[in-house]
Amino acid sequence: MRRRVVITGLGVVAPNGVGLKAFEAALREGRSGIRHIPIMEELRFGCTVAGVPDGVDELAERYFDADELMAMNTSHRYGSIAAVDAWTDAGYARPERDDDHVYWEAGAVIGTGIGGLDTTGEKLVPMVDAGRVRRLGSTMVEQIMGSGVSARVSGLLALGNQVTANSSACSTGTEAILEGYQRISNGLAERMLCGGTEGSSHYAWAGFDAMRVLCRAHNDEPARASRPLSATACGFVPGSGAGVLHLESLEHALERGARIYAEVLGGAVNCGGHRHGGSMTAPNPDAVRRCIGAALVHAGVDADEIDLINGHLTATGADPKEVASWAAALERTPENFPLIHSTKSMIGHGLGAAGAMESVACVLMLRSGFVHPSINCEDVHPEIEAYERSIPREMREMPELRTVIKAGFGFGDVNACVVFRRRDEDDNLN
Amino acid sequence: MTREEIFEKVVEIVKPYVKNQEALEGVTEDTNILQDLKVNSARLVDVILAFEDEFDIEVEDEDADAVNTVGDAVELIQSKLG
Repeated sequence: MRRRVVITGLGVVAPNGVGLKAFEAALREGRSGIRHIPIMEELRFGCTVAGVPDGVDELAERYFDADELMAMNTSHRYGSIAAVDAWTDAGYARPERDDDHVYWEAGAVIGTGIGGLDTTGEKLVPMVDAGRVRRLGSTMVEQIMGSGVSARVSGLLALGNQVTANSSACSTGTEAILEGYQRISNGLAERMLCGGTEGSSHYAWAGFDAMRVLCRAHNDEPARASRPLSATACGFVPGSGAGVLHLESLEHALERGARIYAEVLGGAVNCGGHRHGGSMTAPNPDAVRRCIGAALVHAGVDADEIDLINGHLTATGADPKEVASWAAALERTPENFPLIHSTKSMIGHGLGAAGAMESVACVLMLRSGFVHPSINCEDVHPEIEAYERSIPREMREMPELRTVIKAGFGFGDVNACVVFRRRDEDDNLN
Repeated sequence: MTREEIFEKVVEIVKPYVKNQEALEGVTEDTNILQDLKVNSARLVDVILAFEDEFDIEVEDEDADAVNTVGDAVELIQSKLG
């Protein structure tokens, strides 16, 4: 008997909104968080726009002490704020420093795609190369190591269960939810903070620019640069930020009378082995379809129960193929297709944080009964014209929104797919 | 720079790293940085770097190791300032 898992807290630091209220308002308005990044222009990047959350340093001073802040780069600030918010949103008080209590039943899986590259590029490498290792001080390791953020969060919140960082490129954030789900479902934890964080650093984005997968055509109009599903999509826009979801066993949530946003019905992860058209950078479509199919089976959901697809949809040439994969896996035609959209149209591609920020969006939409627009696709790609009516270009109130499927298809040909269902008041009788 | 001025600057520099803020209120030259002020030992290197920056001096590792109390820090800095 699998234990059921629900979502009882959320935290988000997104390019278009920091905190749940601001994020939801931005999603409803279709507001972009993409802006011009001066250093990218100075250093002659092809793409000179990115998604970077606003006002985080001022906010961080209210959340953390001076000695903590000294050891927290952007990735740490985003991830830690989101995690603390998810914890308090779930109804738990933030532990005091001198409080001895350890929450043995609570852990974290907060992953990242690339990690603390701002620290590496701006401090570590220049100073080591200049022969000034001594001057680095004591805070380098914790900011650079892959598990840095989850390690920081574990101290902030006195976590005592598994604390780790997963990493599966663009599917990291989505996969983290499934990792936490499994731990709770198997009875190894009661509460898990799950999500991803990605720092803001041109060093992180340089590699993508060099591969020519970033959009170079809208440097003068940043808000229009991220164009998933559109005929004029020209590559993705790099992003950053963090999303954290507080997962909890249904039993534990009911016992303490927690407010329940939604249930994680289940999901699946797989890989395409770089075969059948898959490669380091492109998905194997068979694997994508299998992953979606397996997610539905694990979640115990029929394809026609899906109301909304929150896609991976990054605005590369792969978008139309992704829509085709969804159609095949769900066995639904344009006439009866669920709604489909991309949060990346507003926040860019948050890499390790993408799946997490986008999952927070899914849960907010379920809770409040709306579907955010997929912006910048007034000109839907010709290959998916048939699906145009299923792509909301304006915000829709949708009180009947009940079941959302979210997926990330990452570099490395790795896939993760999760199914969320709204939780209603009277569900607590079951 | 007088010993008093150095002492005040040292206290200011150490302040963000101090976990026991109460002990900082009654700080004297005899106050032990690790034991009384509860500064995390891993952050001592950062405190030394801050002294170097503030007073424009260089502190060798052996000298840094000998700093246990606030008074030791003041002593060290005064000797470097000549």
